[in-house]
Amino acid sequence: MSETIIETIDLKKVYGMGETEVLALDGVSLHIESGEFVAIMGPSGSGKSTLLNLLACLDTPSDGHYLLAGEDVSDMSRAELAQVRNRKLGFVFQSYNLLPRLSALENVILPMMYQREERIPLHERNNLGMAALEQVGLTNRADHLPKQLSGGQQQRVAIARALINEPILILADEPTGNLDSRSSFEIIELLNHMHDRGRTIVMVTHEPDIAHYTQRILTIRDGKLDADRKNGQRPAVPVLQEQEGVL
Amino acid sequence: MNPSETIQVAWKSLTSNKSRSLLTMLGVIIGVAAVIVMMAVSAGTEATIAESINGLGSNLIFISSNMTRMGPGQASAGSGGLVYDDLEAIRSQISGISGATVDQQTSVTVKYDKVNLDSISLVGVTTDYLDVRDMEIDEGRWLTDRDNEQAAKVVVLGSTLAEELFGDADPIGQAISANNTKLTVVGLLKERGLVSGTDFDYQMYTPINLVIKKFTFSMFARIQGDSVRMIYVAVDENANMDDVILQTTLLLARRHDVTVDSADFTISTQDDIIQTQASTTASFRTLLSWVAGISLLVGGIGIMNIMLVSVTERTREIGLRQAVGATPGDIQSQFLIEALMLSLLGGFLGVVAGVGGAMLFGKFGNMRTVILPYSIVLSFCSAALVGIVFGYLPAQKAARLDPIVALRHD
Ligand SMILES: Nc1ncnc2c1ncn2[C@@H]1O[C@H](COP(=O)(O)OP(=O)(O)OP(=O)(O)O)[C@@H](O)[C@H]1O
Ligand SMILES: [Mg+2]
Repeated sequence: MSETIIETIDLKKVYGMGETEVLALDGVSLHIESGEFVAIMGPSGSGKSTLLNLLACLDTPSDGHYLLAGEDVSDMSRAELAQVRNRKLGFVFQSYNLLPRLSALENVILPMMYQREERIPLHERNNLGMAALEQVGLTNRADHLPKQLSGGQQQRVAIARALINEPILILADEPTGNLDSRSSFEIIELLNHMHDRGRTIVMVTHEPDIAHYTQRILTIRDGKLDADRKNGQRPAVPVLQEQEGVL
Repeated sequence: MNPSETIQVAWKSLTSNKSRSLLTMLGVIIGVAAVIVMMAVSAGTEATIAESINGLGSNLIFISSNMTRMGPGQASAGSGGLVYDDLEAIRSQISGISGATVDQQTSVTVKYDKVNLDSISLVGVTTDYLDVRDMEIDEGRWLTDRDNEQAAKVVVLGSTLAEELFGDADPIGQAISANNTKLTVVGLLKERGLVSGTDFDYQMYTPINLVIKKFTFSMFARIQGDSVRMIYVAVDENANMDDVILQTTLLLARRHDVTVDSADFTISTQDDIIQTQASTTASFRTLLSWVAGISLLVGGIGIMNIMLVSVTERTREIGLRQAVGATPGDIQSQFLIEALMLSLLGGFLGVVAGVGGAMLFGKFGNMRTVILPYSIVLSFCSAALVGIVFGYLPAQKAARLDPIVALRHD
């Protein structure tokens, strides 16, 4: 039995005030079950990032409700939301967002630093971090700084970081937006692999090629949910056979 | 996030940009060092003054003439300040004293052979002077009452003055000239040192009557008769000092026909002089503390500026940390700890620089310094306070950042 990870009820987001008011999200209701791999698509400015930020608990809705694994997070304080993000969510950003002065390994274990409960002892963190790096095939780059890594490698470190706290949901906003097609496929295959292992993933993308790898595609238009369709058979990932280190 | 992690993160961010951290700390370093050095210098000065005043002798009463301050025009007959006869009156009428003398200094030019010294202090005294001022004869003899009665042209030399005039030769019995008056050297004094700014060893001593007769050129002083500027009274060990002061005040007031309130003389003791000095050095020290305090404040503002710049520069980092679970409180404490570490480290380096500087001043600066432990504690604590106060605003700014906006920042 799969459980509901995301349930939104008439979610709205208004930016600005008065004259400059922008209705970025105009009543979105959706369900996402545990173990799904979902793509959010839509034209530029349609509200994809706005929706993802709400789902990521980085922002609060102007109206409507968001239940994350049954818990209503719509009206939580900033500190409470921070803890929800820490315990339940993992992020992959378009621009990687690794801290430049930390090594790959240190970046990966950063979220553990902000755990409040069931804190993992310091010496165990490195082991877990190395295990996460192994999942993305970068154990040999553990001590490298972000600037010593390629874009694709940086994004793989970011994925390892997203996995480190065993999140119930992974959110990615155009994770392949800054990458060439070869690295993009590396990343999407990694996400696929995570999905195969039972992770729930929601990803914003405007590349149909990339969206094609998911099971379900939501289309947003003018802040509204325009289409919600199952995606059929996902294609085999090309090129990857000769990729060393990955998988 | 636990405290030790917060400290580690702050430390890492400070050490990743060492030169900037150092520059940020510079204001605090200078401020703290300034507090310590300034307090060490003023404490050193105070100690020097206190020591030299202590050398005056705790059993002494100093009676000085107010007349010199008023100037001749304002001096009316009967209130012309101390006269030589006052000394005799004190000696004969005040009980509980072990001696009394005058101290009448005149600046003269001294010649002996080819040596010619300007502005040498010739002190007119009575026989009691030797005991009252706690001095000893090294060679020859001291001045006698007879010398004084006859205004004999004899002189006793301080040790350094004698050396400068005569070198290795024996001065006893030699004649020197002071402003063209020939004086015979009858004795040499043992070293006495510097007391309250006066070098006793670089003076010469002669009967007061001779000074009055030969070396007092002011017409005014002649009309006044035997005017003297200063009388020293040594109080007997067993006598009560306050009692002696009271007796003397009343006696002199009666003799001068003045009330105690409008007296033409001032009586003071070593304690009085120490207190006057203490109050001037205390206000000096207050002034220095203000200067040092302001430099610490400037250091704090420096920390605040750099921290504000740092928050702006690290906006994305702050956004990312928030995204992965840092609460506003975590972010705030991270930046507060950074500011605190900067100021504590700056404070520590400032203490090192201040103590080192004060010691160097003391050694090579021809200046005595006394490093006060409380100045170290005080300045270090102020530095910490400065860090918290001036770190607060940047920390607040960082904590209030919206994670989405921060993550998008470039
Ligand atoms: N902070 C903001 N203040 C005001 N308006 C905003 C803000 N963020 C987004 N918007 C507006 O909300 C609408 C949706 O923006 P959003 O970023 O969600 O679009 P998107 O679908 O992610 O677009 P893209 O594909 O270009 O990333 C846009 O009209 C945008 O201008
Ligand atoms: Mg977007």
